[in-house]
Amino acid sequence: MEFLSQTWHWSIAGFLIGIIMLVLIYFGNHFGMSSNLRSLCSMTGIGKRISFFDWDWKSQRWNLAVVFGAMIGGFVAIHFLSIPSNVELNPKTIEELNSLGIDAPNGKFLPDYFFGKDFYKSPKILGMLFLGGLLVGFGSRYAGGCTSGHAISGLSNLQLPSLKAVIGFFVGGLIMSYFILPYLLK
Amino acid sequence: MKLLKYVLVGFMFGIVLTKAEAVSWYRIYEMFHFQSFHMYGIIMTAIVTGVVGVFLIKKQNLKDINGNVIYIMPKEKGNIRYWIGGIIFGLGWAMIGACPGPIFIMLGAGFMAMGVVLIGALFGTFLYGLIKNKLPH
Repeated sequence: MEFLSQTWHWSIAGFLIGIIMLVLIYFGNHFGMSSNLRSLCSMTGIGKRISFFDWDWKSQRWNLAVVFGAMIGGFVAIHFLSIPSNVELNPKTIEELNSLGIDAPNGKFLPDYFFGKDFYKSPKILGMLFLGGLLVGFGSRYAGGCTSGHAISGLSNLQLPSLKAVIGFFVGGLIMSYFILPYLLK
Repeated sequence: MKLLKYVLVGFMFGIVLTKAEAVSWYRIYEMFHFQSFHMYGIIMTAIVTGVVGVFLIKKQNLKDINGNVIYIMPKEKGNIRYWIGGIIFGLGWAMIGACPGPIFIMLGAGFMAMGVVLIGALFGTFLYGLIKNKLPH
């Protein structure tokens, strides 16, 4: 259990993620999480009004099954396979975050600042959670994929469009992390 | 029952991403500030594993579980959609520290605030569908 509870080494985790992608290819499908967001939108029947959602989402039920499994996996890992020494960050990161008002992890995966029990009491936090989600949802559909579809699947298949998207991910991430987030947090 | 194997793959994915802490807001911040190799190591090892696997699949003309020769569809050519869409995605990724996989995984783990992020992501997807034809791709 000790092996399971400690933070997994990046090489083991990376290898297993690569294997998961290959297993989905072997099953005759592909690895990509964000297209589930399109499926979930389409399930509401909105495809009658907006053609982008008028597609055979039922052929993508397998991917919703992957999401369902991932949610259970997350539940098991957080509640049964976590120990307080997890999320051992660079001390410099903790110090930096502290100056921005973000609580240290101390074994937590997500900061209480955003994801604590009182998140719904602050309009600012609710707004940031919603806006962050909106950018992720809009951006991944515009770019035609997210970290799984472009960074892992696309680059594994040496796709130039995926390289452009992944560079975009990092440019956007750096702009947010260095130039916008500090002002939003203060 | 056909879907069960996908639930199992998803289960593994949820465990691996959580145990690697790739679902952690903190790890994403640390990555974008180049203060740890951890996330870069994960992504690069996954890609190297994938490149080798995909190369072997193509070279050996391997068949999938249904007996069909595996064909991996290439991504559509284009520029604007990948650069601009990518940047928009990155802005959101660094802000809430979660991409679509972790949004679902952490919601499953019981973080209710992720529900707000998911609603936002669904709305963003809806918005894209709504104005898709007006956007340069």
